[in-house]
Amino acid sequence: MAPPPTDLVDQLRHEIDEEAPLPAIVLPPASGSLSNSAASVVNTVEEEEGDNETDEEASDDDSDKGPTFIRSLGAWSKPLHFTPPPTLPEPATPRFGVTEMLQKKRIGSEIEIKNHPTETQGSPKIYFVHFYYSTTSLDTSSSPFQRRISDLGDLRHRAALSRLPILSMPIDKIFKDDASEEKGERARMASFIGAMAVADLVKSTLGPKGMDKILQSTGRGHSVTVTNDGATILKSLHIDNPAAKVLVDISKVQDDEVGDGTTSVVVLAGELLREAEKLVTSKIHPMTIIAGYRMAAECARDALLKRVIDNKENAEKFRSDLMKIAMTTLCSKILSQDKEHFAEMAVDAVFRLKGSTNLEAIQIIKKPGGSLRDSFLDEGFILDKKIGIGQPKRIENAKILVANTAMDTDKVKIYGARVRVDSMTKVAQIEGAEKEKMKDKVNKILAHGINCFVNRQLIYNFPEELFADAGVLAIEHADFEGIERLGLVTGGEIASTFDNPESVKLGHCKLIEEIMIGEDKLIHFSGVEMGQACSIVLRGASHHVLDEAERSLHDALCVLSQTVNDSRVLLGGGWPEMVMAKEVDELARKTAGKKSHAIEAFSRALVAIPTTIADNAGLDSAELVAQLRAEHHTEGCNAGIDVISGAVGDMEERGIYEAFKVKQAVLLSATEAAEMILRVDEIITCAPRRREDRM
Amino acid sequence: MALAFDEFGRPFIILREQDQKTRLRGIDAQKANIAAGKAVARILRSSLGPKGMDKMLQGPDGDVTITNDGATILEQMDVDNQIAKLMVELSRSQDYEIGDGTTGVVVMAGALLEQAERQLDRGIHPIRVAEGYEMASRVAVEHLERISQKFEFDVNNFEPLVQTCMTTLSSKIVNRCKRSLAEIAVKAVLAVADLERRDVNLDLIKIEGKVGGNLEDTELIYGILVDKDMSHPQMPKQIEDAHIAILTCPFEPPKPKTKHKVDIDTVEKFETLRKQEQQYFDEMVQKCKDVGATLVICQWGFDDEANHLLMHRNLPAVRWVGGVELELIAIATGGRIVPRFQELTPEKLGKAGMVREKSFGTTKERMLYIEHCANSKAVTIFIRGGNKMMIEETKRSIHDALCVARNLIRNKSIVYGGGAAEIACSLAVDAAADKYPGVEQYAIRAFAEALDSVPMALAENSGLQPIETLSAVKSQQLKENIPFYGIDCNDVGTNDMREQNVFETLIGKQQQILLATQVVKMILKIDDVISNSEY
Repeated sequence: MAPPPTDLVDQLRHEIDEEAPLPAIVLPPASGSLSNSAASVVNTVEEEEGDNETDEEASDDDSDKGPTFIRSLGAWSKPLHFTPPPTLPEPATPRFGVTEMLQKKRIGSEIEIKNHPTETQGSPKIYFVHFYYSTTSLDTSSSPFQRRISDLGDLRHRAALSRLPILSMPIDKIFKDDASEEKGERARMASFIGAMAVADLVKSTLGPKGMDKILQSTGRGHSVTVTNDGATILKSLHIDNPAAKVLVDISKVQDDEVGDGTTSVVVLAGELLREAEKLVTSKIHPMTIIAGYRMAAECARDALLKRVIDNKENAEKFRSDLMKIAMTTLCSKILSQDKEHFAEMAVDAVFRLKGSTNLEAIQIIKKPGGSLRDSFLDEGFILDKKIGIGQPKRIENAKILVANTAMDTDKVKIYGARVRVDSMTKVAQIEGAEKEKMKDKVNKILAHGINCFVNRQLIYNFPEELFADAGVLAIEHADFEGIERLGLVTGGEIASTFDNPESVKLGHCKLIEEIMIGEDKLIHFSGVEMGQACSIVLRGASHHVLDEAERSLHDALCVLSQTVNDSRVLLGGGWPEMVMAKEVDELARKTAGKKSHAIEAFSRALVAIPTTIADNAGLDSAELVAQLRAEHHTEGCNAGIDVISGAVGDMEERGIYEAFKVKQAVLLSATEAAEMILRVDEIITCAPRRREDRM
Repeated sequence: MALAFDEFGRPFIILREQDQKTRLRGIDAQKANIAAGKAVARILRSSLGPKGMDKMLQGPDGDVTITNDGATILEQMDVDNQIAKLMVELSRSQDYEIGDGTTGVVVMAGALLEQAERQLDRGIHPIRVAEGYEMASRVAVEHLERISQKFEFDVNNFEPLVQTCMTTLSSKIVNRCKRSLAEIAVKAVLAVADLERRDVNLDLIKIEGKVGGNLEDTELIYGILVDKDMSHPQMPKQIEDAHIAILTCPFEPPKPKTKHKVDIDTVEKFETLRKQEQQYFDEMVQKCKDVGATLVICQWGFDDEANHLLMHRNLPAVRWVGGVELELIAIATGGRIVPRFQELTPEKLGKAGMVREKSFGTTKERMLYIEHCANSKAVTIFIRGGNKMMIEETKRSIHDALCVARNLIRNKSIVYGGGAAEIACSLAVDAAADKYPGVEQYAIRAFAEALDSVPMALAENSGLQPIETLSAVKSQQLKENIPFYGIDCNDVGTNDMREQNVFETLIGKQQQILLATQVVKMILKIDDVISNSEY
């Protein structure tokens, strides 16, 4: 009596449907990528299935609580909720045009993929919109709060459409568990919002009057960083939203490539996307927007190229350009109080590099104590080490051997060698031999005729003692960079074998002495032969100040070293943005077709940067930007926002300069990133890899 | 489920733990499979063509990929369904075989499945549908052959090749500088191509990327680029006329493969061992020096002492070079890979005109350029771009372009793109359908209709009215009997794909149709799906 198989299957399925509680849809796939982002961001759309009334009550409770503070984000979260109309908004009979039909069909099949059996019952859903906005953002008015709601209306409408009964076969879902897929509008919304949230997060740090952020790590010790460096802030965020990750990535690349402009690039990309979003809502296809953006970016770049100043030939002027750039870079940082001092330091340091971009050669030593003004650039080289006991504290006309060799227990390197002895005397003998070996080595080293020996690895007591006996200064455990720099400074080679003392190049310097900075003793090499490397000693009130000062100085050094290679400079203070915006606006007027909207939007996004700078300084941005725009109407105008005096001023007079390379990189990579995010119409998130060691 | 009983009325258990399994049979199984296949195709549909959109894929470790390359999307999609996996395979095999058209093949298969579903609803047996498809695909492939055109190019006149590569690149995010990238791709392929045998070994083209700079800075290097720097910071950064020793043995004390122990029990032994050790390094370096090498490239690490000795003897060295790079260097410089110091001879050294180190950006990142090699048959495409995802996507795009150029060198026939070939095939198949008596006729017509879905998707993605545009182009083709009319995706103003210079390779198109048909046939033949019902 073989029962008809299909019936049985059907029956079984019915039973399952009725009895077993449906696999609760905890996280609907559509919101997966965002909602599990505790630390990150942004806006989650959750759908909750099941009993209508209780959920509604629950949601009422939620909203009564008002905004909740989310510590990990440092932001407020406020749930909104909607209840869809009880009846289905669309009749089941098709009355659409062809494209709408297609759309509907597609939505219907989305459900097929997800295969949630209850989807067909048509029970209403409740949407929670968690919109986290950064409290630090001054620009809440432009936060797309209102607009978001209308988007959701649309979304809800679409979702309701999707709940129409589907008359096709149930299929197994295509993706693995936990993997999720977001399509079309939703995907675009998710990425726009993610990217904008990140941009808003760093927005308030832009410009000379930008504010800092406190970053607290979740790791052990909860170490705290205070910074307004965009790349540092973004690097420390745990971000789950893929579009936001793109922005973090461009900021990181900006940091690696030119060193400065890490905030601007993110803010510009965010503004481009914000403008793009408006265009998308007014039914302009993303591809059209991209085409417009490309034209605009090209035009903006040309506009900058037309206005660059190049003083490569005139060394004096070039140096003053560099000074101005350094000051402009530093004025947005913690060092702004002493920017002349630090700018001088940075320019000197970079000139010593002689065109190389290897910033490793500039050593930055941080010593708490004193004030920032006490920081100084040292012509020689400072090694943060102590001189061994009993060794000379001061050596004139030093001959230095820089080495990388084991001075602890010089093992036999032949594989598998081990000591096997049968009596104590032999142990003693071998120990003696080992000592002898070390002694030999020390003798060989001494044979170089040196009076200073710097080793990368440890030096044990025994050889140290030998060195002390010979009156040689032995410094152990200089880290690798220290060794390399020392090699660069003194002109010695880094040695590991000591058999031919005559041919090893030794380093030379006039004087080695121990110096005190604050409470610490350091070794100072002065009168070095090759001046490629140098040391900057930073002094400051606390570690946080020093860390931030180091980052700021690093930014300045990066920009300067890049500018030495590419000597084109521009004016600062929002001037380049206005120049670009003006050209782009003109292009928009000349361009026929829908693209011109996108080009116009690009110019608006550019203007957003001076606006933000003014906003952050607490100035009347609308007034200032309007004034600036009027000023720029005349050809060859040098007007920009002078944040210090709070008015529009001549940037050339004020000496506010920026490197062309930085501006170009900001423009191009922000456009590239915006383009990339705009092109996305679907987000597929894989299930997170399961961790074995998790509880 | 299937239950069988023996003569005593006891049930046999045929499937183990069958109550935990679900089973779909007959037409249900086919429909479920078709639905799954369609779902995959639908994901890719919007990525087709020059105005296709990208997909953002978030991997299991949170890494983000943005691409519109069909094969990549499917590969990273974390697919669980068996049929969907078949589609993934389909795209992958197109990628291996042709390298381009990975999206198109899936869209095509999806369309075929959709049409098949309709035929099944009519009550036509799946096998008959499959057979009809088979016949139709043969017709289509033959027709493609007929409408294909030979086009001529040679090493000096590679403009046509560049045009074809541009068609491929225009659908990618890199289309901003498709011209320069296409030129790079074509030059790279021509550099390594064996035009006599009409063969191209793409392994000889290395694609290297580094974030930073712009896309415009992407360059073709006639030589090898190694992401390494000199082992000792003070070695010379530039070597002219380098004689390169390529080693796969470490500059370290020897480690015999067999397990052994060296026992030290007397002071003398300790001393001898110590001496020997020093000698080892000395000999190693001496051997390299003796054969006249001026640069050592080694797969393994160096001992500190050996490193200094090398530096001391003025023998620049690079360590930890990967196996693939090592091979490429060997090919490019005409050297031999030497596994033991004893086997070093002057003949085995590779030669390069210039080896130099170049640093990038503000971080300490350096790369080694090996240029003007003895045998220039290995080239590197060095990609720069604003961010990591951009670089990855550019790599994939360049790969596609390289594949297209290679296919053209193998087979000079081209067909016209922009859906023109599909429309022509569709017309041919439709006309052929009437000649077949029997049920297959319907399947063949369905095939013709499925072929239309590719230009339809193109039109849709370009923001045109799909049905209007398609019917207009179709009637134009039929009226003038010219198979060059396609969808005007870029809004240039003409439907003539010859004017727009939109080509695709004949073998690529043929392969698309054949592969898609094969997979669809396979899916149609499945009539029983047994799976664990854990969800």
